Amino acid sequence: MGFSQIYDSIPYILYGIWVTLQFVSVSAVFGFIWGIILALFKISRVTFLTGFADAYTFIFRGVPLILQLAIIYFATPQVVGYDITAFQAGVLAFSLHSGAYISEIIRAGILAVDKGQTEAAQALGVSYRPMMKDIILPQAMKNILPALMNEFITLTKESAIVSTIGVLDIMRRAQIVAADKFLYFPPLITAAVIYLILVTILTLLGRAVERRMRRSD
Amino acid sequence: MIKVDNLSKSFGSLKVLHNISMEINKGDVVAIVGPSGSGKSTLLRCVNLLEVPTEGKVWIDGQNLTDPKTNIMHVRAKIGMVFQHFHLFPHKTALENLTYAPMKVKGLSKGEAVSTARNLLKKVGLEEKENEYPNRLSGGQKQRVAIARALAMEPEYMLFDEPTSALDPEMVKEVLDVMKSLAGSGMTMAIVTHEMGFAREVADRVCFLDGGALVEQAPPKEFFQSPRTDRAKAFLEKVL
Repeated sequence: MGFSQIYDSIPYILYGIWVTLQFVSVSAVFGFIWGIILALFKISRVTFLTGFADAYTFIFRGVPLILQLAIIYFATPQVVGYDITAFQAGVLAFSLHSGAYISEIIRAGILAVDKGQTEAAQALGVSYRPMMKDIILPQAMKNILPALMNEFITLTKESAIVSTIGVLDIMRRAQIVAADKFLYFPPLITAAVIYLILVTILTLLGRAVERRMRRSD
Repeated sequence: MIKVDNLSKSFGSLKVLHNISMEINKGDVVAIVGPSGSGKSTLLRCVNLLEVPTEGKVWIDGQNLTDPKTNIMHVRAKIGMVFQHFHLFPHKTALENLTYAPMKVKGLSKGEAVSTARNLLKKVGLEEKENEYPNRLSGGQKQRVAIARALAMEPEYMLFDEPTSALDPEMVKEVLDVMKSLAGSGMTMAIVTHEMGFAREVADRVCFLDGGALVEQAPPKEFFQSPRTDRAKAFLEKVL
């Protein structure tokens, strides 16, 4: 099937793992933090904050990711005059996009924590910030971990979209090799296997974290 | 001193408390009794502002809680509360449940908080269980940990919201015993309860609520033997 013909190019494709991982982990961290902030906005009693977070989710969940990426990378620099690198544009687009999804997951998680927990913390004189950080969010996280892992897996797979703006990730490298040798099957299948392995590792990692968090059950 | 002054509370169009005034002096043990839905729990929850009164005022040691300028967190730190459903923090061990607030709110060092917590767990008879998570404890044990957790903040007042109502019958006594010894130590307590025997034995005063109004206040002997109002008589006939 021609795998032997791309043998020399496999290290080149494999190096894309590092690029993809870098890109996904930075986006996941930013998206997660941004998701928590948006979720707190959504459950706050300040109309401006809830309005902002809802409108935000509406836009970033409603526009295709590939289009958001194009707007950030190709369109915005023409308006503001700042030349953004492909990596920055990718991280920005993915953080903003996954922040919208993660905020919904976290919001549901917070609302599912028994109201008595908030009352118990309040009755002890614990103020909002430590209460959220130490009491409510850890319990919410435990419940939403599967959904959250799912979001990170999606993020890993969907990261292949950055190949459209020239980031040299796994997908892009596979395409380059394919175009170079005019041989599509071997490089694309190689890329597919790499993504499958990454997702499997993430899944196992998620299960391990989940087990750890269920210690108190 | 806790002073409730002409307090009313509505949820939407439903008025659950009508112009309640009462005082709880330092060292008093007050039992709040009455039929289900009479507003007992709401009244108790108004005292530490878990419910915000619609009208009227709540004073704690001369501080007006309903004044927006009052730092409610400071006041809450000196009022312990025990809930019907315990509300222990499920992701923390018994000991961590006790040490969390003193460290976060009062800035105690871990060493100080742990030694206080161990003493309290011993006091409620659970020193063996300090590393257990709440899920591994029985209802009675959970409630004793919850009482110890409230005491860890060294409160001047303790509020109990039906502390034994969610317990299996055989576990009621162990919780009441802890409360009894607490009352004996001079703690100021307000207890919403259905345990009439306990109210009679431990309380200095019984407050009878019905339909959101404070109908009768009397020492337990007087209240249980010769209630003045028909409503109190009817209630006692049902429960005794």
